[in-house]
Amino acid sequence: MVVKESGNTRAPRLRTLTRALPVTPALVILVLFLAGPIAYCAYIAFTDLQLTGQAESSFTGFDNFRTAFEDDAFLNAVWLTLVFTFLSSIVGQNTLGLALAALMQRASKPVRTLTGGIVVTAWVLPEVVAGFLLYAFFRREGTLNAILDWLHLPSQNWLFTLPILAVSFANVWRGTAFSMLVYSAALNEIPKEITEAAEVDGAGGWRRMWHITLPMIRRSIGTNLMLNTLQTLSVFGLIWVMTRGGPGNRSQTLPLFMYEQAFQKSMIGYGTAVALLLLVVGSLFSLVYMRLLRTEV
Amino acid sequence: MAARTTLNARRANRRHAADASLLLVAAAFVLPLAWVILSALDPQAGLKVKLPDGVTFDNFDAVLKPDVTYTPMLNSLILCGFATLLTVVCAALAAYPLSRFRSRLNRPFLLTIIFATSLPITAIMVPVYALFVQVNLIDTMQGTIFFFTASQLPFAIWLMKNFMDGVPKELEEAAWTDGASSFQSLLRVVLPLMGPGIAVVTVFSFVAMWGNFFVPFMLLLSPEQMPASVSINDFFGNRGTVVYGQLAAFSIIYSTPVILLYVLVARKLGGGFALGGAVKG
Repeated sequence: MVVKESGNTRAPRLRTLTRALPVTPALVILVLFLAGPIAYCAYIAFTDLQLTGQAESSFTGFDNFRTAFEDDAFLNAVWLTLVFTFLSSIVGQNTLGLALAALMQRASKPVRTLTGGIVVTAWVLPEVVAGFLLYAFFRREGTLNAILDWLHLPSQNWLFTLPILAVSFANVWRGTAFSMLVYSAALNEIPKEITEAAEVDGAGGWRRMWHITLPMIRRSIGTNLMLNTLQTLSVFGLIWVMTRGGPGNRSQTLPLFMYEQAFQKSMIGYGTAVALLLLVVGSLFSLVYMRLLRTEV
Repeated sequence: MAARTTLNARRANRRHAADASLLLVAAAFVLPLAWVILSALDPQAGLKVKLPDGVTFDNFDAVLKPDVTYTPMLNSLILCGFATLLTVVCAALAAYPLSRFRSRLNRPFLLTIIFATSLPITAIMVPVYALFVQVNLIDTMQGTIFFFTASQLPFAIWLMKNFMDGVPKELEEAAWTDGASSFQSLLRVVLPLMGPGIAVVTVFSFVAMWGNFFVPFMLLLSPEQMPASVSINDFFGNRGTVVYGQLAAFSIIYSTPVILLYVLVARKLGGGFALGGAVKG
């Protein structure tokens, strides 16, 4: 009896173990190369680790964070990150993506295919290539100024006068396709009868959009905003290629600030403290995103 | 009847308005793309979009050399190829128990995966660099490959699990009755039935890594190991004056594989393929 019982309890446990076995390779890689660095990040953010003299780092508590919040360059980076994220992701990619998806519902097929193809190509291009294309577009002798001249409008050196606006535009150019695809999928799922009924009842385009379409796709809006924001928070290559964060630090968002502190100024500890803050902000967004998806798991 | 006609007329008007607006946006979006194509063929390429003075392939000839194009492209292929392979194999294995067996651990594991999916990887590059220096993985291809894999795995597992959920369990149970092990049924029954899903995970991982600049920029140091995403910078720095035509030609060569892959998969599975189950709202 006793033997049988212990066999009964052991067998399922063994089975659970064998069944979990295939997860091991992924788990090992994730723990070593993702969870490990994150834990290490949380540790060295509280030290004064420098690039030179690795061994002599010591624990400094919240010093790095205190320094950060008293550092004008850091506060500048926070502000520029907010501007960049708000302009390019929340206003630009999200709204333009929704507008494009809504227009595509009504447009003729060739126009839809053409526009979709062009917008998606901008999205598929490697980050650095996108950076160069937009760099060429915004330079003093670039395409934008050529067009402005042609229209007899004042031209200017965009990357110098309005660098954060230029990189935000670049991010819109590159990232709008994602929102467009998300919203196209969401709009396609709205039953035609509902919008048609509203149309017959005389509701105009804007009212239909506001009272019917938007409420029906609000979960897509939530997830899309979340993913756009997270994506934009971690943009590095695009800005690096276009402006290096400059001129001065007028387009230096947090990832570029972090890089500068850690490598150009060799303060790994301080750079990591900034990274940790970025990670915490990202985690908060991530938690909201999980709540939005919670019925799926 | 009259009401119907006005409704139809209104719809036609709306279609024209929508077409016009979309074409305007398309024109704005196409300008930077036009620059890269026209400049690549232009013997005197500058920074603005203009028709070439004469079509030439000199720019391509100039960059199609071992140190400029072949080595960086090969490095990209090695990095992204191995990392993609590792990602897909690990994700398929990990997704299997999550999709097939009930366990109290599934939910926490999946929640952690979704959480990790949205973490800004850029943020951890500084500590990863510091860590890689300590364990001697800095400036190694294998270190970069493993980190690439780790950064892509959460999303890959999540996508793979969703695709696997779509394969009916009955087919597999039949295989089990015939004496197949779980591993055999995964290999022989489940995976062949989710071909499109695997293609999506593969292409998505590959495209994401191919275009990634920051990871190899941080983790690799020696020039001969640099992938194309980083070596493209040399057109600005070390070579003195920028030859825009060559930069454009290189950009095209470097971008072609991912665009082709995307087109190939998108045509089969519809445009939103990459979004999979990740953003169902």
